[in-house]
Amino acid sequence: MNKLNRNQIAARVAQDIPEGAYVNLGIGLPTLVANHLPADREIFLHSENGLLGMGPAPEPGKEDPDLINAGKQPVTLLPGGAFFHHADSFAMMRGGHLDICVLGAFQVSCKGDLANWHTGEPDAIPAVGGAMDLAIGAKQVFVMMDLLTKTGQSKLVEQCTYPLTGVGCVSRVYTDLAIFDIKDGEVYASELVEGLNLEELCTLTGLDLKQKMA
Amino acid sequence: MINKIVDSLSQAVGDIHDGATVMIGGFGPSGQPSELIDALIAQGAKDLTIINNNAGNGDIGLAALLKAGQVRKIICSFPRQSDSYVFDELYRAGKIELELVPQGNLAERIRAAGAGIGAFFTPTSYGTILAEGVETREINGKHYVIQYPIHADFALIRADRADRWGNLTYRKAARNFGPIMASAAKTTIVQTREIMELGELDPENIITPGIFVQRVVRVSGDQQ
Repeated sequence: MNKLNRNQIAARVAQDIPEGAYVNLGIGLPTLVANHLPADREIFLHSENGLLGMGPAPEPGKEDPDLINAGKQPVTLLPGGAFFHHADSFAMMRGGHLDICVLGAFQVSCKGDLANWHTGEPDAIPAVGGAMDLAIGAKQVFVMMDLLTKTGQSKLVEQCTYPLTGVGCVSRVYTDLAIFDIKDGEVYASELVEGLNLEELCTLTGLDLKQKMA
Repeated sequence: MINKIVDSLSQAVGDIHDGATVMIGGFGPSGQPSELIDALIAQGAKDLTIINNNAGNGDIGLAALLKAGQVRKIICSFPRQSDSYVFDELYRAGKIELELVPQGNLAERIRAAGAGIGAFFTPTSYGTILAEGVETREINGKHYVIQYPIHADFALIRADRADRWGNLTYRKAARNFGPIMASAAKTTIVQTREIMELGELDPENIITPGIFVQRVVRVSGDQQ
């Protein structure tokens, strides 16, 4: 079976981001999507700390400590970009103005519940940041993740066991083995990697998946 | 003549009292009013409640204030970072109280305080452990949780340019929490890179009007 690597998953997500979309890419894995956005599409990247029209990392030596992204890494602003304060930035997220946000996840449930902020371990220091605002605010929430944990457990689950970030908020999950659309409590699989069939995918996840019709 | 400019950092933070609630601007190091924080450390007020997005980075700024033992409680969205070791140690030792607030709720609660709003309903955090025991309401088929404003005695923020009436501009993404914190605190204290004559700031570009600002102090040199 030919698993996709992280860059391949990111490239696949990028294909589905249309011209003119306002998009927030979550910290971590989703930031890779920016490297794969087609150059011929104008796409607006939003950063929670008050940027629209965020550009790539600056050349070495051109970093500006007042121009960083949500992960606190130096970035640039594209021509036409804008700065705004935090309440406006989160109004863009919470007010449904973003078309797409792409997030990583510990678990996603068949009902679209998302768990991506806290392992729930008693000694873990909790930190939520903007995760809960992104989860409920964007018109479409995409998740990108490996389907299985290192020990082989499915991260797509009947019910999340980790603390939730948002309820029923995820519409699409891009993984290294297949893409999953979540609709009305059903999960539809598509684009299974070569050498993997639906039955095997159901066994791996322990879920009653449906095949998405083309 | 109205002149909100004070001569020194120590004068700017002189009346911050023990037990005060203090908002500190910045998103990590970006927009953090480091010199005002250093002045607060030298001033020594303790038992403080701090509102910031994070809980300090490295050993400087907010982290140094925590390390000095002046903070009883922190209200923030994202304390745990790769270099938040000062907070991590205090938290694990039970020496600091944490109120964890989703970032959008934090920003909107601060904005609400500045705008005189008594409470608001938001979908963020509904159905999560951060909303346990919080009043909920269904409005037009959607679930919301109630959130209350966060007021402060003082706000410490960093501007790029200011004038003697307290009008402010910011630099790039360093703006972040500055404008809303300025509106939510009884006394807003600003450090600025540059002081302009009245009228030199383009009124079309003033981000925080002086009505929200009580004190301005110039910090000379490169404040990065």
